[in-house]
Amino acid sequence: MSETTATLYEQLGGEAAVNAAVDIFYRKVLSDHRINRFFDNTDMDKQAAKQKAFLTMAFGGPNNYSGADMRQAHAHLVKKLGLDDSHFDAVVENLATTLQELHVPQALIQQVAAIAETTRNDVLGR
Amino acid sequence: MQTRKISVGRRELFCQPGESVLEALLREQVEIAYGCRQGSCQSCIARSLDGAPPVAAQAGLKDVLRHQNHFLTCLCYPERDMAIGIGSPEQRFCHATVTGKQLLNAETLLLTLRTDEALDYYAGQFVNLKRGDGLQRSYSIANNRVHARNLTLHIRRLAGGRFSAWAHDELKVGDSLEVSDPQGLCYYLPSGQPRNLLLIGTGSGLAPLAGIVSEALHHGHAGEIHLYHGSREMDGLYWIDELRGLAAQHANFHYTPCVSRGDAPDGVAGGRANDVAMKQLPDLKGWRVYLCGHPDMVQQSKRQAFLNGAKFDDIYADAFHVASSTLD
Repeated sequence: MSETTATLYEQLGGEAAVNAAVDIFYRKVLSDHRINRFFDNTDMDKQAAKQKAFLTMAFGGPNNYSGADMRQAHAHLVKKLGLDDSHFDAVVENLATTLQELHVPQALIQQVAAIAETTRNDVLGR
Repeated sequence: MQTRKISVGRRELFCQPGESVLEALLREQVEIAYGCRQGSCQSCIARSLDGAPPVAAQAGLKDVLRHQNHFLTCLCYPERDMAIGIGSPEQRFCHATVTGKQLLNAETLLLTLRTDEALDYYAGQFVNLKRGDGLQRSYSIANNRVHARNLTLHIRRLAGGRFSAWAHDELKVGDSLEVSDPQGLCYYLPSGQPRNLLLIGTGSGLAPLAGIVSEALHHGHAGEIHLYHGSREMDGLYWIDELRGLAAQHANFHYTPCVSRGDAPDGVAGGRANDVAMKQLPDLKGWRVYLCGHPDMVQQSKRQAFLNGAKFDDIYADAFHVASSTLD
């Protein structure tokens, strides 16, 4: 496959890239005082699997996310804990710094951020 | 490439050349969870029942899952006919005789069993014990793999615990029990790598960890091995002298008993075992972590270990879920 036709997922390095990123990303999220309270009562194993699925999607890889799933999964956080745009921004920021640490070129990071951005309204229940 | 036969339970179906096992299962409308179809989500996991699956079908799986011949059906292009299992397998039991009973402390019984057949277990796994009327409970194996027909188990007396009270008060040497096949993924596999191990247990969560320590030392594990055993008070701890003795014999084995209430005597740390461990070992990068005991401790320690740098795949946990408030 020539470089011009490689998908974003392939350019990032596919599943190996997701595996490299997921630990760094989730560690950042859990250490981030702006947002870690949203993860207080979650089962770590299930949560790690979800983070991996989220990164796979944001990397442009295979996924089965539907907007309705995203809405349903975050509804209680919006309602009870006040999940809002500032928290969504913090997650995207952690995603970007994760990729920077992995020396991913800025142009690809912007594409990842753009895909993550498409979930904003569903996550925030709008 | 040729057509391969796949047996699933009582069904048999054929996997065409170039077709993955998942595709064949879905085509034949066998019920199986699946997601990405590319080896990422691991939803479509299954187990080969007649030997190792193709190596490529195990990409990304945790070592203990690979070791037990689990594989991803979406990545599996069979190289031979295969018998596979989806979901939990049926439990198989074997007959065992009680060969010893000894109290480890006021509430914990060391029960020794001899099974009629050798069990293929790994230190850290658990078995279900079943008595005559069918009542069953899970207990971790506290010895290493060398003793294939002898099992030692730590049975903690729980308030209102039907099985534990019976095992403590009525079960006698010479009595019979049924023992299930060993289960669970929280166990030690010798890897030959000099990796450091951190083991944290509360209460009878020491049982599987003691088995793992013994197994690791038996294999001459080259990394450091740190064991933290916690209880509320001193009388909830046991094997203190034995474990101190083991630490004196092996330079790479370190043992820290911990009590979370009241003053800790000399040589015992004050505080919850997981908090003590995480404070003493702030950098767990590259470590393997084993957690056994109270579900809250296990849950909290997973997070702490991860934030201290351990990789998710390197954290092995067995939470002891009981319907009782006495476990700590």
